[in-house]
Amino acid sequence: MAKNILVIAEIENGAPSALTLEMLGLANELNDGAAVHAVVLGHGIDGIGETLVYHGADHVHAGDHENFAPYMADAWLPDVVKLAQDTDPDVILCAHSNIGWDLAPRLAFRLNTSVATGCEAVEREGDKVLMTRACYGGKAREQVSFTSSPAIATVKSKTQEALKEDSSRSGEVAAISSVLEDSDIRARVVAQHREQEEGVRLETAKTVVAGGGGLGGPEGFTVAKELADLLGGAIGASRVAVELDWCPHSWQVGLSGKTVAPDLYIAIGISGAGQHMAGCANSGNIVAVNPDKDAAIYQFATYGITMSYEEVIPALIEEIKMHKGS
Amino acid sequence: MHILACIKQILDPEIATTVFRVSEEKKQVVEIPGMSPVISPFDAQAVEAGMRLKEADPENIKLTVVTMGGEGARAILKQGLAMGADEAVLLADPVFEGADAVATARTLAEAAKKLGAEGDDVDLIITGRQAADGDVGVVGLGIAELLNMPAVTFVRDLKLDGGKLVVERMLEDGYETIETPLPAVITIAHELGKPRYTSLRETMKAARKPTQAWKAGDLDIDEGQIGANGAHRVLERLFVPVTDIECEFIEAESAQAVAAQLAQKLKDAELI
Repeated sequence: MAKNILVIAEIENGAPSALTLEMLGLANELNDGAAVHAVVLGHGIDGIGETLVYHGADHVHAGDHENFAPYMADAWLPDVVKLAQDTDPDVILCAHSNIGWDLAPRLAFRLNTSVATGCEAVEREGDKVLMTRACYGGKAREQVSFTSSPAIATVKSKTQEALKEDSSRSGEVAAISSVLEDSDIRARVVAQHREQEEGVRLETAKTVVAGGGGLGGPEGFTVAKELADLLGGAIGASRVAVELDWCPHSWQVGLSGKTVAPDLYIAIGISGAGQHMAGCANSGNIVAVNPDKDAAIYQFATYGITMSYEEVIPALIEEIKMHKGS
Repeated sequence: MHILACIKQILDPEIATTVFRVSEEKKQVVEIPGMSPVISPFDAQAVEAGMRLKEADPENIKLTVVTMGGEGARAILKQGLAMGADEAVLLADPVFEGADAVATARTLAEAAKKLGAEGDDVDLIITGRQAADGDVGVVGLGIAELLNMPAVTFVRDLKLDGGKLVVERMLEDGYETIETPLPAVITIAHELGKPRYTSLRETMKAARKPTQAWKAGDLDIDEGQIGANGAHRVLERLFVPVTDIECEFIEAESAQAVAAQLAQKLKDAELI
């Protein structure tokens, strides 16, 4: 029989992050009758445990203390390590985020095992846990397993299905008795600076309009932004555009940026490099506008337009306004 | 103060998707003739980060670059020296081959210990946020755990403040300021900015800087813990993802006609 699964939850704006719920969905595919445990650490986290139960956690271990928020690896690790030992999982799922990717490798070394980062799939094959992840800048995928247990995976956003929230689902939410000692905390967060995102959030938008090097300059983003606004969508960018300082870093989609999976992704002047596609290939439909008919983006696109974006995007804006007006 | 920058030589990550091939049978990337390996870009930024600290206090800060790799990896050590590092260490031994992130971290941690044992304690270890081939991002944190040091990932800015290090760490929607005592490990995010160019003069000077070469036997480590023997990771499959999407190109005389067709298709699919 399969062993337990442990999910390391993350909190965003007072609720479990979307990726945390996706990980619980994955845990419920992997548990094979065994228990799904979740650990949630934060400060002022009343009600979060219940939400995790409604999304598929059987046991929630909740730690509420000011040392747990904001996240600091040194503060989280002692309790996470102890829970990993107590709950006896053979798979531990962490978010592939700036928290999970920071925590999971240390957890792996403390448990004398290893971690696969950025997993798009985690599955069982006999006794093995197989983890599939992007490598070589998104150009290839590798499937790995470990000779040690538990297998730790950081799970990539938008690759797993969350369960529907079901408030009739039962589970236990228990407060942990923390083993953290003040002297455990060496590296300390002294301040956080978060950008106020304007408009629609990139990660959850149903429509994303993204621009790349083919825009030719920062002014290209004006028309891209106009299209995004008209569609009630968010604006994104390729690494090239970000590195040329045409737009803020927070717009970047791809391996070292954000992962998006909107219903509609309109890529303007983007070539479709592996590292970019790693962040948007799971979109429902991709429309690509790129004069180079051989561009890699067209391998992923439902519709392609090789006309110059300066001509076609303003025309598209007009057309959509007409449709909206009618 | 002694800073150690850990760097890796990799397949050029900027090679086009069209020439990138893998052998699924051998589970490895097919070599491209005439293509020279490069320093992982994030690791070049790790050297840059070390140099920014060193420049603030050149008399008292020493920067060493270390890599685990074949003899060919001397090229990136030279690059690190030409960027301004003082010394280099090459960890080359067939025993190191087949290492995963765990075995690599052990080897590099032992190299740091050896530098310490030789009277040159390492105060700060810097790596890139991930090597741009495997994109794993585990080795730096592994070194920290093995040496029982605090660590900060995704660092975009850093400065020394008395005996501690103050860094800015990237968040998804901003950054945070973190203070850590030394010794510590940090991993560098690409937001740090471009690594410095190497001048011909610095490159000439680099040739005269000391480079040590260590084998497994030079380190205080059991051979079962390093290379393929020490690896936890089994590579089951390596493949290039294929899509079965057939792109429909929308072509017409005018931009207006193309736009009209696309808008209609998107409307029919209830996407707008």
